[in-house]
Amino acid sequence: MSDAAVTETTATGSILIEHEVGLHARPSVKLTKLAKTFASRIELGLSADGPWIDAKSIVKVMAFKAGKGATLHFRAHGGDANEAVAALVGLVRRDFDEGQPGG
Amino acid sequence: MGELRLIGRPASPGVALSRLFVLAEKDGPAAAPPVGDPTSEALRLSAAIARAIGELEAVSQSVGEDAREILEFQIALLGDDALAEPAFASIAVGDSADLAWRAALEAQVADYASAEDEYFRARSADLADLRDRVLRILSGEVQQTVPAGAVLVARDLPPSQFLGIEWRSGAAIALAGGSPTSHVALLARARGVPMVVGLGADVMSIASGQEAMVDGELGTLVIAPDDVTRAAARSRETEIKQRQAIAERYERAPARMPSGEAVAVMINTAGPDELSLLDPAICDGIGLVRSEFLFHGPVLPDEETQYRAYHRILEWAGGRPVTIRTLDAGGDKPVQGLTIDDEGNPFLGTRGIRLSLLKPDVFRVQLRALCRAATHGTLKVMLPMVATPRDLTQGRQHLEAVASDLAARKVPHAVPPLGVMVEVPAAAIAIDRFDADFYSIGSNDLIQYVMAAARDIASLADYADATDPAVLSLIVQTVGHGKRTGREVSLCGDAASDPAIVPHLLRAGLRSLSVSASSVGLVKAAIAGALER
Repeated sequence: MSDAAVTETTATGSILIEHEVGLHARPSVKLTKLAKTFASRIELGLSADGPWIDAKSIVKVMAFKAGKGATLHFRAHGGDANEAVAALVGLVRRDFDEGQPGG
Repeated sequence: MGELRLIGRPASPGVALSRLFVLAEKDGPAAAPPVGDPTSEALRLSAAIARAIGELEAVSQSVGEDAREILEFQIALLGDDALAEPAFASIAVGDSADLAWRAALEAQVADYASAEDEYFRARSADLADLRDRVLRILSGEVQQTVPAGAVLVARDLPPSQFLGIEWRSGAAIALAGGSPTSHVALLARARGVPMVVGLGADVMSIASGQEAMVDGELGTLVIAPDDVTRAAARSRETEIKQRQAIAERYERAPARMPSGEAVAVMINTAGPDELSLLDPAICDGIGLVRSEFLFHGPVLPDEETQYRAYHRILEWAGGRPVTIRTLDAGGDKPVQGLTIDDEGNPFLGTRGIRLSLLKPDVFRVQLRALCRAATHGTLKVMLPMVATPRDLTQGRQHLEAVASDLAARKVPHAVPPLGVMVEVPAAAIAIDRFDADFYSIGSNDLIQYVMAAARDIASLADYADATDPAVLSLIVQTVGHGKRTGREVSLCGDAASDPAIVPHLLRAGLRSLSVSASSVGLVKAAIAGALER
């Protein structure tokens, strides 16, 4: 479901949104908050060829209106690019930490 | 002057009778203040945004978790430079802070308002909320105070404003626009404030101060209600409150009859979205999942989409049994590109299992998704509109074919028990011919077919009587067959959600009912005999 093609300072990854309501308010807040914890420039696209937007901007992330079943593509440049992409893909894979019983 | 009755959409249940308060609208900048130089206008806007964030953070300290999440979203938007970027660009070429901010946010509001998905459309209210909050700060205006306990009329109500209002008994919300899926509707339901949306723009021209009645279940707003309406509203309000108090007492405990005998109370649901607002602890499982919720879009749902939805439902149930009904399209539930149009009598037409057997490709996608999801909980599958044993055996053949295909491809799966929905009189009358793993009586359709009175004809509503001896005798017969053969019989349908009918169903021998989530407490109270006088 995801792949990580790694070079020195660039990382990419993609993941299918399984969250029932898609990249809505709560998931977008979580995603952008997480992205901001990394120093790298992180971009988000709905296809591998872009267009790319700043994954740290909730205004732009929400404007994608990405529903369930859309595939999110991440690409990051910087010192912690690999960690950033892995963390973001992980968040989406865990359904934004929502929906687990009791969680 | 007689009363004026406006009809909208229900958004939060309950009845309220109070004075109207119409929230004044800010139509464009009133008296445009002199425009400062770009630097001072930019500073003014930055300061206003910072103050708006401060206000929202202050409100978010004193609210519940649902509300805090909404405010956090708004705070995140305001804190994102991308939101104000176009406004600062306009200021740089000479616009005032007010004008620039309004234009920038209106573009955002319009963008969300044009979204296809109702959820994203509803977010336009959050953006309008931010627009107005910052504009208010820029204009130095004081926030309008809504009198506590009023029927608040507005075009739309921003969540932050809802949270700033003291909601007393008698208070209600009536919106010209809005949506039952908006953040504010969710807050109103959680707070128990009756709410009606979609009343139309005319509601904004009504004068404040008049008496008005809001019925959040019927979706109506009555201006200047006459004595009859008023009296009816008061008695309904009292009745609803008493019932709520009783329901709350019984909701969380297992249902028991006065004899101590246990009765399973499950819920009916139309999908995972509404479940996310419910606590599974109130029920013994889900007796009916109407899988039609997956088929409302322009294209038929694929296996993966269905699997994920079923998985989510089973996860919510946390091991409690979940009965998913295969697609019951047709009748009064057409599905684009699937059901057959122009049947003279659609209730007697190609619906339920009949349609599934006619479109095996679509049916098998659903069965595959169900078999895969069955590994995540206690799943049962039931077939709607079964009239002959052939309907069941053919349905089972498809299920078995799908399961052996999954096994051949080594896909994790399980074969769920297969039951029939007892709703066609032919099935109820000759129930011993149907070798199903379980039976679930679909009372709505069973009644309409036994009484030959269509559900959608209001003037025939009196015929739709679950306590008619003909209907009850079929229930007794089905329950008896279940007992003799050791198979579970339950009833899912509106009859089980009606506390007045519950005693009849128990006397007919039923010990498993599936009801609407909002009636769980009252049904349990009825089972305990707490509602009898």
